Amino acid sequence: MWRDAALVAGKDLRIEARSRVALTQVAPFGVVALALFAFALGPDRTTMAKGAPGLFWVAVLFCTVLAVQRSVSVESADGARDGLRLTGIDPAGLFLGKAAAVGAQLIALEAVLTLGVVLLYGARIQVPWMIVVSCVLGTLGLAVTGTLYGALSAGLRVRETLLPLLLLPIVAPVLLAGTRIWQAAMTGGTPSDGTQWLRLLVLFDAVYLAVGVVLFGPIQETA
Amino acid sequence: MSTPSTADAPTHPPEPAATNTGVTPPPAQSARSRTTERVIGVLALVGTVCTVWLGLWVTPPDRTQGDLVRLVYIHPGVAWVALYLAFGLAAVSSVLYLWPRTRSLFWDRLAAAAVEVGVVFNICTLVSGSIWGKPTWGVWWAWDARLTLTAVLLVLFLGYLALRRIPAEPEVRARRSAFVALFAVIDVPLVHFSVNWWNTLHQGATVLNPGLTLKIHGSMAWTLLLGFAALTLVFVWMLLVRYRIGVLEDWLDANELGAALAERQAEGADRAGGPLAGGHPGDGAPTERVGVA
Repeated sequence: MWRDAALVAGKDLRIEARSRVALTQVAPFGVVALALFAFALGPDRTTMAKGAPGLFWVAVLFCTVLAVQRSVSVESADGARDGLRLTGIDPAGLFLGKAAAVGAQLIALEAVLTLGVVLLYGARIQVPWMIVVSCVLGTLGLAVTGTLYGALSAGLRVRETLLPLLLLPIVAPVLLAGTRIWQAAMTGGTPSDGTQWLRLLVLFDAVYLAVGVVLFGPIQETA
Repeated sequence: MSTPSTADAPTHPPEPAATNTGVTPPPAQSARSRTTERVIGVLALVGTVCTVWLGLWVTPPDRTQGDLVRLVYIHPGVAWVALYLAFGLAAVSSVLYLWPRTRSLFWDRLAAAAVEVGVVFNICTLVSGSIWGKPTWGVWWAWDARLTLTAVLLVLFLGYLALRRIPAEPEVRARRSAFVALFAVIDVPLVHFSVNWWNTLHQGATVLNPGLTLKIHGSMAWTLLLGFAALTLVFVWMLLVRYRIGVLEDWLDANELGAALAERQAEGADRAGGPLAGGHPGDGAPTERVGVA
């Protein structure tokens, strides 16, 4: 399973390295979103700094939708999905691999967005480790649920419009938890404010990881 | 589009007019289920009328809330139907569909019907809550934990309904929808925890609190309970009707083209004074009978 996962993740990341879709389209979109939020909230930097945690995570959520759509579309041409299944790769491995590739791209994107939030919004980060942990856990949850819904919507012609509707409400807990952890990390408040949210993120990740590992095989058959 | 007729449709003895067209007739409703549906419908109507009468004229106004308290006979009942009955039923039927031993399109249609009716009740919950919230809390909407959870549920199941509208083989659609329902249901406790930590303003449950003790007395309590019963009956009635429509819709998907062809052919044959003598034109044409679906 792990070997299969590494193979699939390697394949997806290699495709990204050669096509650079995430680098040239998704990441710039994230920056555009940050700029739009700034326009919406006005030039007052204190308002922006206050809203920075939520805006960061909303931008990440939007980018997740794009990254997942890309991850699905690389399999849609030339019957690649059927080909993958024919290789005898373990469905759980395929799931973990796809999710890992999406997650890796999102982590890189979050680094850019964090920089953007700090530079453009004047957000001050007091407890850096909380930011890192929240990003890793939040990204895991987003990548896992995104891959699940991506697989469910893979064969549909209306995928582009349906995926956000299905995925975004599901990841509401990630947005809430991520935002609260960021707020705690920025105000430098007691870490205990953040730990219950961190626990929620761990729970979210664990639940959907388990569901994906068990059900990804049957889900693939629906497409 | 014209898929071979699904074997699961409960077939009743075909009517003579339909047999000579070579098209499967739409599944007819048995006399017993029609009676059940009507009885439940009448009971639901009577219950609702009684609730309205008791709620608006018989019960006294509340000491602090005045006449506003009369919303208590509707709002919790509607919420109970939407959030517990409908979505609970949808969750259970979806799991039963996914479980290989109980896999049957019955569960899929039941889940679909429950979600659709549940969404209607969910919207009623939000609207009645809003009407109540404006005079008591001073706002139409508050980002309170329970309100937020209800809204998230609505969006989740709107996504489910959107997915169902995508044309697909009944089995594929059923599996896909069942997975989406399952993921949504798994999400509910997580959203519940997160919004609870996020914000809480709503009062505690009136009936479904731990211990199931009523915090309301006398005629008000009876009216409240009657309201619950009446709304539950309304839900069951709507569920039955929606299920029956679901069966007819599936039949239509499978037989639409064949039925239309048979009808055109019958027209031609009639004009020629052909072999269909004895059949009244249009009498048994299947599309006519499902026209209401």
